[in-house]
Amino acid sequence: MSQVRIPPVLRETVGGERELPASGDTVAAVLDDLFARYPALRDRVTEEGALSRFVNVYVNGRDVRYGTGLETAVGPDDQVILLPAMAGGRA
Amino acid sequence: MAAGRPPPGILDDIVAAIGNTPMVELSRIAPPPGVQLFAKIEGANPTGSVKDRIARSMLAEAVASGALAPGQTILEPSSGNTGISLAVVGGRMGHPVRIVMPDNTTPEREQLLRAHGAEIMFSPGAEGPNGAIRMAERLAAADPSLFMPFQYANEANPRAHEQTTGPEILDAVPDVDVFVAGLGTGGTLTGVGRALKAARPGVRLVAAEPLPGEQVQGLRSLEEGYVPPVLDASVLDDRYLVSNREAVVGTRRLMAEEGIFAGLSSGAALTVALRVAAEMDRGSIVVLLADGGAKYLSTGLWERDLDVLESDMEGQVLW
Repeated sequence: MSQVRIPPVLRETVGGERELPASGDTVAAVLDDLFARYPALRDRVTEEGALSRFVNVYVNGRDVRYGTGLETAVGPDDQVILLPAMAGGRA
Repeated sequence: MAAGRPPPGILDDIVAAIGNTPMVELSRIAPPPGVQLFAKIEGANPTGSVKDRIARSMLAEAVASGALAPGQTILEPSSGNTGISLAVVGGRMGHPVRIVMPDNTTPEREQLLRAHGAEIMFSPGAEGPNGAIRMAERLAAADPSLFMPFQYANEANPRAHEQTTGPEILDAVPDVDVFVAGLGTGGTLTGVGRALKAARPGVRLVAAEPLPGEQVQGLRSLEEGYVPPVLDASVLDDRYLVSNREAVVGTRRLMAEEGIFAGLSSGAALTVALRVAAEMDRGSIVVLLADGGAKYLSTGLWERDLDVLESDMEGQVLW
């Protein structure tokens, strides 16, 4: 199972967990697995079925939007990170 | 300086020294055979960061458009570099400068801002850069006498890079295949990206993005997240998260292997450049090192135990 990191702003939807195991071999399947267990998470991170523009998803640090999106492959040892969009601090 | 043009080789003002920074090949940090790695050293700008370029362009365009009146106070949210650049460029033009900065950056930034005559207003560090933006927007809305360049939404920000940084990169490395830079406002990647893609349509633009510590993710809702309006995501081809620990390791490599004294985001950009290089057979990568190391000395970045340093950085806004 891959591990999914949940940012502080979304933890209330998953019972306060910081990281959750999830099954699935694509980002879409991993998220569906989480949504089935935590329906409130779906409401927060999707807009009309698509990922909210305020949420970024990374597999092993790489933003999936610039790869194959929700069809990005996820292996059992991979780390998936959900992160709210933030301005970089370097500015 | 007497009236008239200065003699050849002498600049008439420190602002004229902005840009035309060195490009250095990183041959000791050996990328895979066939791949060349070059660094654009933005720490060589007058205040030690790439932000000098946008401070100059944002204020020059504001004067030209009439948005900035003589003597008008400049207000800007910044975690340091842009504020320091505005303090110098704005100060030279006779404007008071007020900076909204998170209260958990490094003390060097506060000292430099005050030394350059800027006034500082602190925003809660736990709210990260987004908190400084919100506070500055409130202040600007309440006091119309203030002029806010607002680097996150000011097209003069990417334009500075489209007109200066990008062409400088093409002059130095005409066959550039990949450009890597840190993602803050998005101005550098957007502006350089437009210049490079106009000249070389196949060039790849890759962003190094900070993985924020839990203590600076103080958002109450996702909608408080912020996508800077100047970021043109269509120029990006890839985007990688970099942890503080990886950024420190990269920054130390620049110092130890190349003798380059750069800031934390430079180490992050190097980390991503090497990740991209590992997937290439041949080609040229240019990585932008956004600032010098001086503003990070108090963190002990180059000498403290990595685990302790990583723990201390958790609650700071450093890049």
